Amino acid sequence: MADLFTVEITDVPLDVPARTEAFPRQAQTTGAVVSFVGYVRGEGIQAMALEHYPGMTESSIRDTMDSAARRWPVQAASVVHRVGTLSPGDPIVWVAVASAHRAAAFSACDFIMDYLKVSAPLWKREQSLDGSWSWTEAKSADEDRAERWGWQKQGRVSA
Amino acid sequence: MEVQLFARLRELAGAESISVTPVPASVAALRKKIAAEASPELREALEDPNVFCAVNKRVVGDEHPVADGDEVGFFPPMTGG
Repeated sequence: MADLFTVEITDVPLDVPARTEAFPRQAQTTGAVVSFVGYVRGEGIQAMALEHYPGMTESSIRDTMDSAARRWPVQAASVVHRVGTLSPGDPIVWVAVASAHRAAAFSACDFIMDYLKVSAPLWKREQSLDGSWSWTEAKSADEDRAERWGWQKQGRVSA
Repeated sequence: MEVQLFARLRELAGAESISVTPVPASVAALRKKIAAEASPELREALEDPNVFCAVNKRVVGDEHPVADGDEVGFFPPMTGG
């Protein structure tokens, strides 16, 4: 039987239909599968490159999925996140959640994406149309979204 | 101890890790020691309160202890998803 909670960081293009097809459902009990796909927006950029902290990125996302499963009756969850070089329109992240009912599946999927944004060690660089690369700035709106779930910023204690 | 640097910090250091001996007792002391020996750009980046430290793959505060054998990494705010 397939593992019901999986995290994968990959430099291979994300095949969303294949992932969706392979996502485990339980015929007797699963009533809802909610999935989310994030794509690279092409606004003023010609490419995006992503890097991660091998091992920690996976464990951090796995912790987030475990938190979601404590809050809602999640039957299965998968996250696949791209690293490497991507082009506008490429899928960058795919999250799927299975539950008995849609409310839990929607909420858990939303929660996993919000937490992933602020707590999974992944970093983007963008290549502008003139060819130069720059690091993407973190957005405070992402922190605001995560705080809705009670997320608290960790890390350095301010002096 | 080899301290790993990620993303912009790695770029500023021109290396994926920095060797630190002897190992300071806390994250704060480690941060300070690396900054003191770094280029002005890397020093400024390390002193940014938004730069995270992970010990054994968990984000920790400046007061967290470190010891030889720990896996330590510094990195800027996450921008995945």
